[in-house]
Amino acid sequence: MDALLRRRWAKPVIFALCLLPLAWLGWRGATFGLGANPIEALIRGLGDWALRFVLIALAVTPLRQITGIAAIGRFRRMLGLFAFFYVTMHLLSYIGLDQFFDWSAIGREIVKRRYITIGMTAAVLLIPLAVTSTDTMMRRLGGRRWRGLHRLVYVIAPLGVTHHWMMVKADITEPALHALILSLLLGWRMVAARKGKRHNRPSAPSESPPCAASSSPSSRS
Amino acid sequence: MLLLTSPRIREHEITDRSVYLDRRRFLALGAAGALAMAALPARAAPLAAAKSGFTLAETLTTKEAVTGYNNFIELGNSKEAPAQLGPAYFRPQPWSVSVDGECAKPGTIAFEDLVSPHKLEERIYRMRCVEAWSMVIPWIGIPLADVIKRFEPNSKAKYVEFNTLVDPERLPGQRFSMYDWPYVEALRLDEAMNPLALLAVGLYGEELRPQNGAPIRLVVPWKYGFKSVKSIVRIRFTETAPRTTWMRIAPKEYGFYANVNPEVDHPRWSQGSERRIGEFLRRKTLPFNGYAEQVAGLYSSLDLVANF
Repeated sequence: MDALLRRRWAKPVIFALCLLPLAWLGWRGATFGLGANPIEALIRGLGDWALRFVLIALAVTPLRQITGIAAIGRFRRMLGLFAFFYVTMHLLSYIGLDQFFDWSAIGREIVKRRYITIGMTAAVLLIPLAVTSTDTMMRRLGGRRWRGLHRLVYVIAPLGVTHHWMMVKADITEPALHALILSLLLGWRMVAARKGKRHNRPSAPSESPPCAASSSPSSRS
Repeated sequence: MLLLTSPRIREHEITDRSVYLDRRRFLALGAAGALAMAALPARAAPLAAAKSGFTLAETLTTKEAVTGYNNFIELGNSKEAPAQLGPAYFRPQPWSVSVDGECAKPGTIAFEDLVSPHKLEERIYRMRCVEAWSMVIPWIGIPLADVIKRFEPNSKAKYVEFNTLVDPERLPGQRFSMYDWPYVEALRLDEAMNPLALLAVGLYGEELRPQNGAPIRLVVPWKYGFKSVKSIVRIRFTETAPRTTWMRIAPKEYGFYANVNPEVDHPRWSQGSERRIGEFLRRKTLPFNGYAEQVAGLYSSLDLVANF
């Protein structure tokens, strides 16, 4: 498995898979498959995937440690950036399609609707993480500071789950499921930290620099 | 036991070859038919009604959207579920409505006897959901006031409550959901007597489909859609204001009156504008959903911010 994930085509394949939700939404949008309220369906679909990618990115390290397949870590940065990508699409479709660039209305919504305040906070907090995702930025920040900054995701993810939970009117199954997955992922980290494990420690010493950078900047500084 | 005994097949019971071949053709036709049915929305029986003065110079929302995008938690939580589950589970016949509480003529009345004394009329109304989307729907129905008069509410009757059917067999959403059924909605009696209030039995020239609240539902176009209770089995006259379903679920979000009001926001949705289904840009929401002239007088002494 480890060798498989280190093949040259592994990243392009995962990249393409990550684009499938967007393609599926786009296809349904173009073929009137999004129902009677396509704008709402599109915004919600993008939001769902944004949240799923946040959870998927957060699952990388636990999965890598539990399975011992070090190569999983190679995809962490890409998956995190896809979370940012879907959040951005979600936000843009809200601004452009739902509110049609009515900035004063958007401003009022951000102030007034707590779930939008929370969602917007989460989206803004993701920006520094996306900006500092490059190798150059990692090196410039230095491992410890980079890691500290990227711990913001432990705030962002609960904000995202709360944002979804608050806008659901009646059926809380899905947000409850997200909350459960998130608490497992964060709980695992707490247990790992208590055991004195540095869960970002690479388990394979022979990683090439870009991969190592995406999974473990601290060990390199 | 039945499975263990091999049945004796008599000569005349064996299917004739021509019939057998016919059956294959029938199945082939049936498969084609099933495909056609899957492609087309389920049909509803036509229903004739006289045109009325209640009309609008606004584009009607398509029948596909009106019958395909519904909030009816008893038939599922998504907008699409009611149209999918409704035709499979829900049978509106036989149907009766029980009438009780503060009135001179309580009792149980068959659907046909409830509706047939009245002349069916078509009314084109705006429908504004609390979730900030709206439609324009050609309903067919009878004035609620005329129906209420038949039951002779007494002087104690200040409110009229409506209940939706409770039957998890026919409304499978009631099996999974954690609410207290039945779905309860209510109006002040003077609101119910307003000429705009309608008991609908059809739309778009057809009988109501399950997802739209078959066979009989309330339509109060100046209030948010959740007030227009579906599949009514009980009408009750009361002296005090009934606690409605949404008031119980989220009292801070849903009030008794629920009049469409762009000035009073719902915590989750700005009520200042709405998306008309089928349109791209949002449109401004009108006070009382554009029916202020007919109904504003009902609330002249009421603080509409406190009584949302």
